[in-house]
Amino acid sequence: MIKTKSLTKVFKVGFRGRKVTALEGLDLEVKKGEIFGFLGPNGAGKTTTIKILMGLIYPTRGDAWIMGSPLGDVSVKRRLGFLPENPYFYDYLKGEEFLHFYAQLIKMPKRDRKAKIKDILSLVGLKGAGDLQLRRYSKGMTQRIGIAQALLSDPELVIFDEPMSGLDPVGRKEVRDVILKLRDEGKTVFFSTHILPDVEMVCDRVGILVKGRLRSVGNIEELLGGHIKSIEITARGISESVLKEMEPLVERVIKRDESLLLSVEKEEDAEKVVDIIQSSGGRLYSLIPQRPSLEEYFMKEAGKR
Amino acid sequence: MKIVAIALNTFKECIRDRILYNLLIFAVLIIGLSAVLSTLTFGEQVRIIINIGLAAINIFGVMMAIFLGIGLVYKEIDRRTIYTILSKPIKRYEFLIGKFFGLLITLVLNLAVMTAGLVGVVYLTGWVINVLLFKAVFLIFMEFVLITSIAMLFSCFSTPTLSAIFTLSFYVIGHLTEDIKFFGSKADSLFAKKLSSLIYYALPNLENFNIKGFVVYGSGVDNSFILFSTLYGILYSAMLIVISILIFQKRDFK
Ligand SMILES: Nc1ncnc2c1ncn2[C@@H]1O[C@H](COP(=O)(O)OP(=O)(O)OP(=O)(O)O)[C@@H](O)[C@H]1O
Ligand SMILES: [Mg+2]
Repeated sequence: MIKTKSLTKVFKVGFRGRKVTALEGLDLEVKKGEIFGFLGPNGAGKTTTIKILMGLIYPTRGDAWIMGSPLGDVSVKRRLGFLPENPYFYDYLKGEEFLHFYAQLIKMPKRDRKAKIKDILSLVGLKGAGDLQLRRYSKGMTQRIGIAQALLSDPELVIFDEPMSGLDPVGRKEVRDVILKLRDEGKTVFFSTHILPDVEMVCDRVGILVKGRLRSVGNIEELLGGHIKSIEITARGISESVLKEMEPLVERVIKRDESLLLSVEKEEDAEKVVDIIQSSGGRLYSLIPQRPSLEEYFMKEAGKR
Repeated sequence: MKIVAIALNTFKECIRDRILYNLLIFAVLIIGLSAVLSTLTFGEQVRIIINIGLAAINIFGVMMAIFLGIGLVYKEIDRRTIYTILSKPIKRYEFLIGKFFGLLITLVLNLAVMTAGLVGVVYLTGWVINVLLFKAVFLIFMEFVLITSIAMLFSCFSTPTLSAIFTLSFYVIGHLTEDIKFFGSKADSLFAKKLSSLIYYALPNLENFNIKGFVVYGSGVDNSFILFSTLYGILYSAMLIVISILIFQKRDFK
């Protein structure tokens, strides 16, 4: 659905035209039906990439294709929805008027418009806000009407630049639900974000961009290596002497009232600890393997030189 | 259809601008005042009204074209409203043409209001309305078209303040090209000669749209002159719009 080949953007800033490389040699492929999370710290070049894909800025080098069409092909936009970063719309229009205007731009048949706009307003949680001027919309509402206009044409591919920014936890969940609904309908979603737990919840694949370069890309499970960081064991009824016995195997011990929280690094050690607990008459409450979070992975990747 | 939708939305945006109403009120006020003023003189009454009235329509209309035109494209980029518009199946030139016609609709409407004011005042003084008056108004409109294209051209790459200065300079010089050519031909230095003829041929000659004097003195104006001026205005504007499109097509929206 999206393919880029050594996409590069160099901005010239200031009077002397100092060069800033915002994006360097991006090779990326987003497949049909995929939810792709585009991650990266501030200034990584996510928005730059998206603006190139949308034809708002021109790449310095490289190529990109959207649904097989090269950049600059306007007809493909019929099947594409876009939400920009911090969107802003004609604020003198009312929500419904605004969507009617955009419906004309995508040549939606007149008889379908009313019903479609009603549906979409309720999908994004703006039921009842249709006759309010956009200037009266809160940040979250503006974000929602932005999503509404992106989905107006039932696009096959949706590109969102930070769709969750400015939304409260409820709003974020609603956006996640919209994305998951799009996935169920077989649509492709490409979105950038900083909010990593959301990514873990909805994305099939992620790409991490750092300083204009793609650091890593792949399945979340693959990226996190499938390995276990540590094992957390909760137990009760452990005497001091038994604890002493386990000490060499255990990384960290936290006492909480009656129970003990033991953190063990290796699986073999965990087995031994469990044996000791059970043979000493203690009670094992839980044993939870801890994976590194996407957040930790992201921090590590973003911090690398 | 898409162009029409953009034009109508631009019109909606333009008529919300307070500048527009201020200019319109001023123009109508001055036309009204000219009637009061004309009572101070004998015989010349209607001439004064028409003189002042047409000048007011012309100047205030040009100001509307400039002040709305300089923000026409700039504002869309600055406020990033253009991002989602261009994410729809719309070519950049279609957007630009839509914006242009949106402003023209606004100007036609304002011109109609101002002209109605003038005709009303003239009628009240008991003068027979001459068709020449409408010919003059039509050519004033052609001047608006040209000024709008100039303002929009600058709006494609420059800030509103600079665009306003540039467009105003075009307007002023555009009315002086004949004089510039005349003085250039009298000048000694070759450079001055060349410069003045460059200005004469490159910049629009806005006097082509000025037949106010004929209206006042009731003398006829050849229809061929009006036809020439109209074609001149359309071709010149078309050229400016093509240049705007070329610039707009190439630029990054940051
Ligand atoms: N118009 C511009 N002119 C000059 N430099 C720019 C321009 N736009 C972006 N940049 C630079 O390009 C780099 C990437 O910016 P970009 O907006 O793509 O980052 P981002 O990943 O979207 O960041 P964020 O998460 O903060 O939105 C930054 O260093 C930025 O300063
Ligand atoms: Mg960004």
